[in-house]
Amino acid sequence: MDDNGVITVRDLRRRYGGSGGRGFDAVRGVTFSVRRGELFALLGTNGAGKTSTMEVLEGLAPPAQGAVRVLGCDPYQERGLVRRRMGIMLQEGGFPSDLTVAETGRMWAGTLSAPRPVAEALGLVSLGHRAGVAVRSLSGGERRRLDLAMAILGRPEVLFLDEPTTGLDPESRHRTWLLIRELLTAGTTVVLTTHYLEEAGELADRLAIMHQGRIVRAGTPAEVAASQPARISFELPGNAREPVPGLAGTRVSVTGRNVLLQTQDLQRTLTALLGWANSRGLVLAALDARPASLEEAFHAVAASGGGPVDVNDNAEDGTA
Amino acid sequence: MSAGTMTTSRWRQPAHRIAALARAEGVLLRRNRLALLNALVLPVPLVFALKAAPSVSDAGGSRGAGAILLTGLMALVLLSAVYYNLVTALVARREQFVLKRLRTGESTDPEILAGTAAPAIAIAWAEIAVGAVAAVAVFGMGPPVNAVLALVALILGTAVFALLAAVSTAATPTVEMAQVTTLPVLVIPFVLSGLLIPLGMLPGPLRGLAQALPLTPVVELMRLALTGTAAGGHHLGLAATFSAALIPVLVLTAWIAAAGWAARRWFRWEPRR
Repeated sequence: MDDNGVITVRDLRRRYGGSGGRGFDAVRGVTFSVRRGELFALLGTNGAGKTSTMEVLEGLAPPAQGAVRVLGCDPYQERGLVRRRMGIMLQEGGFPSDLTVAETGRMWAGTLSAPRPVAEALGLVSLGHRAGVAVRSLSGGERRRLDLAMAILGRPEVLFLDEPTTGLDPESRHRTWLLIRELLTAGTTVVLTTHYLEEAGELADRLAIMHQGRIVRAGTPAEVAASQPARISFELPGNAREPVPGLAGTRVSVTGRNVLLQTQDLQRTLTALLGWANSRGLVLAALDARPASLEEAFHAVAASGGGPVDVNDNAEDGTA
Repeated sequence: MSAGTMTTSRWRQPAHRIAALARAEGVLLRRNRLALLNALVLPVPLVFALKAAPSVSDAGGSRGAGAILLTGLMALVLLSAVYYNLVTALVARREQFVLKRLRTGESTDPEILAGTAAPAIAIAWAEIAVGAVAAVAVFGMGPPVNAVLALVALILGTAVFALLAAVSTAATPTVEMAQVTTLPVLVIPFVLSGLLIPLGMLPGPLRGLAQALPLTPVVELMRLALTGTAAGGHHLGLAATFSAALIPVLVLTAWIAAAGWAARRWFRWEPRR
């Protein structure tokens, strides 16, 4: 196996409810790899198969088909070998609500071979002042931060974060991002799922968008965003006699006076448009030009159902 | 980690992990008044209720009564403090995703179950120890004929009912539902254990069934251990108590194998989605 591929996933399939017609294929052939020290994000709508994929990488469930290696081991069959090198934050907290924060930390540290001091981990997520509080009395965001503190308590080499910032206020989310960046700088490999596209764009070195159990887009955030055209929109002034000119490589749609241009080459199209408006003395109200964003790529997938793309090229780039 | 620490930690680490989980579970049990009540208080009135049962009044003299009350206490403790409490504890942890979360750590599956079960089992054994002292002090129970068999009854009985608890969680969607789903295991083995109705009074087929249930062999082993009397009522020597113990031990072993298999097959570590 390639030394850089900390995680390799080949044609992973997962099925619930047994074989036959009543079962449900949650993951339908997923291939990707994650390099040492990078953050790989899995995006997708609810039910896309993100958590089902994560559970196999985490060693909580066996794949129905396909091969998964984490740190060179089968995470399900060889759980004992890889667990001390992994940190896992589930979507659901999973700590007893009647224990205090400190008791939770002490229990979890007692199960780890080389834990950080509990106080240090709580400090990293700014929960030190809540050590004596019962988990049931924590806010949703505080519980999420406790989950994160426990996931990094064992100084993992590979960290799995399933929606780590859900329920956090913007300030805590920002601090969590800073912490994740510090862990990445220190060499930790991170696999993250999130509903916040901004989070993926901010943190991910590479990402994959899942839809109905398949990866439909994969690459760096910029690459995935570039799968969508850039957009220019404006209002045609009332005195405009002529329609918008046809611009090479541009899709024009007009709704009343509102015009939307979609282009792969934002600079050229914008230059041409402004030249045209200038030469005719038109004022384009509400002019807005923006490059393609991850968000648009995501919504395009969710809306169209996004046909599966062959991501083997990306996967091989990943391990090259 | 060097090879040296690997070998020394092979046993210390699992023990350390179980201890950490057991300690947290002990804190949770202490904070759960209802579970504490079930474990600590419930067996006491039930033992006194047993005094009225024909098997006890027929025991002849308080020496035999002490032995039967200790046996009855052990049976009730295995049912309430071990079985019932473990069903509710495991279901509560499962539904709060605690079991799933624990599986994301270094603890193995058996370590997680052992850590969760340890406080309930510790309480159960402590109660039985107190009961043994009371049987001697209050009822003048003499020294056991075969103390080894009492220990075997305790250990195998605990294993059977802890494993049956793990199996019962599969049929128990919520903690509240445990009140219903535990009834078959709580009622049937107890009624047919020989404590309430002497097995000799049962018709043949029912007697065979009773002897195959998981609590009856515990009661038989305790009777052999404490009084050295066979099922027919005649006294046995030490060697004869061992051979008489063979069938009950085999029945308990079969229950452990069956419940262990069923638990592996049906135990769920997270709520049904």
